[in-house]
Amino acid sequence: MKPAPFDYVRPSSVEEACRVLAEAGGGATVIAGGQTLMPLLALRMSQPFVLVDINGIAALKGVTRVEGGIRVGPATRQADALRDATLARHLPVFVTALGHVGHYQTRNRGTVGGSIALGEPAAEMPATAVALGARVEIASVRGTRTVPADEFYLGPYMTVLEPDELVTGVVYPDWPDGHLVLFREVAQRPGDFALVGLVGALVLEGGTVSRAGIGWFGMGPTPIRARQVEAALVGTALDRIDPQTMARLAIADTAPFDDHHASAEYRRTVGARIFARALAETLDLRSAA
Amino acid sequence: MSEHRIDLTVNGHRHSARVEARTGLGEFLRDTLGYTGTHLACEHGVCGACTVLVDGVAMRSCLMLAVQADGAELTTVEGLAAPDGTLHPVQQALKDNFGLQCGFCTPGVAMTLAAVTRDHEGPGLEEALTKAMSGHLCRCTGYQGIRRAIRQLAGASA
Ligand SMILES: Cc1cc2nc3c(=O)[nH]c(=O)nc-3n(C[C@@H](O)[C@H](O)[C@H](O)COP(=O)(O)OP(=O)(O)OC[C@H]3O[C@@H](n4cnc5c(N)ncnc54)[C@H](O)[C@@H]3O)c2cc1C
Ligand code: FES
Ligand code: FES
Repeated sequence: MKPAPFDYVRPSSVEEACRVLAEAGGGATVIAGGQTLMPLLALRMSQPFVLVDINGIAALKGVTRVEGGIRVGPATRQADALRDATLARHLPVFVTALGHVGHYQTRNRGTVGGSIALGEPAAEMPATAVALGARVEIASVRGTRTVPADEFYLGPYMTVLEPDELVTGVVYPDWPDGHLVLFREVAQRPGDFALVGLVGALVLEGGTVSRAGIGWFGMGPTPIRARQVEAALVGTALDRIDPQTMARLAIADTAPFDDHHASAEYRRTVGARIFARALAETLDLRSAA
Repeated sequence: MSEHRIDLTVNGHRHSARVEARTGLGEFLRDTLGYTGTHLACEHGVCGACTVLVDGVAMRSCLMLAVQADGAELTTVEGLAAPDGTLHPVQQALKDNFGLQCGFCTPGVAMTLAAVTRDHEGPGLEEALTKAMSGHLCRCTGYQGIRRAIRQLAGASA
């Protein structure tokens, strides 16, 4: 046995889970799919007194249409979300990004909410939530609150979640059916965390971009919304869009870092390149990089 | 440190046991129940050797706690072949194509290939099997034997 000893509880309701989290006074950790937490426990980088397993809470699972958007329960398995008809039809950008999270075997157990709550800067799901303008629903014994995804992330693996709080839902606002999917990532092997990646949705109306939501992963301490390029794209006719210019604007919002996989300079260069290509391909522009 | 009584089925056999909360499913299968076909290598979710089917779904047994398998039906590599010893088509394909050398990664590979073959509908089985292999590391074969086995499996069902 590698993890340090802990108590295990499997609540069947959100209320019960919140009560256990509150009573543990910061000593409890939520386990969803365990695809990240189990290694952290084995390495003893995480040493909770109580492990709160949310897999038995039916209310935290499934995909539903809500007023103005689509709500994904945090304990929904990644594999189940990948097969979900509502997401496939109305939010293909989400499905494309999710298909790049880990491997077949880890998606069979890992959850959407676990990836969102973890806040790995190179992960696809947090950047997707930020790009699309999702809201994160949070509960504790103190009440509920909703935080926009781009205010949810504070730094690598750091979020606004307090130790007694539980993510209870992620709501993606409606994007019109037929929105274009912008997605590209560079990873060392399929299934690995990305070195650089971008995800976004674009809406076209009469040859002009009418709405854009674009996010970066692996390009800073948190997922980053590419606001400058979004603003430049919206209202611009397709024949006036220069992918290179847009790519320069897109990386202007990023803050990449050096690590043993790649330098910040590499990330910026490759980021600009894949942005220009993805944009040109998605919009079917001629002057691809 | 809590202890729990769990009841589960492995390859059709019922088992009950008391486990410490922190016991991993993979180590429970091996050390408590004796299903040593399930191999543990990295125990960090990276290599895939420990893959088993939990209620029919391929997962890494090192990334689950034994207590989380309470009530589940598990299939390990010992449960793939027919009772009379006839190999599962996945095992036969790996054997026919030198899809294994030391065999350490093989139980996990076999469970993934068996699950994908069972679930896949329509064309594209070879691609689906190849993609699912990204979740496994093999230090011996260079993967070419495994790819040949995949082609045999995909051809057989085409
Ligand atoms: C080999 C391998 C490759 C991977 N590759 C990728 C990849 O390319 N991209 C990627 O994004 N991920 C990748 N992952 C990680 C991904 O598989 C995990 O599923 C994900 O990071 C965490 O989801 P989980 O459900 O497993 O959460 P867990 O591991 O159970 O939890 C992760 C963290 O979130 C917290 N948490 C979970 N749910 C909640 C909740 N509802 N409320 C509050 N806190 C919560 C937990 O306390 C923990 O701190 C990989 C994992 C492995 C093993
Ligand atoms: S032992 Fe489970 S993935 Fe390596
Ligand atoms: S056969 Fe030896 S690791 Fe795959």
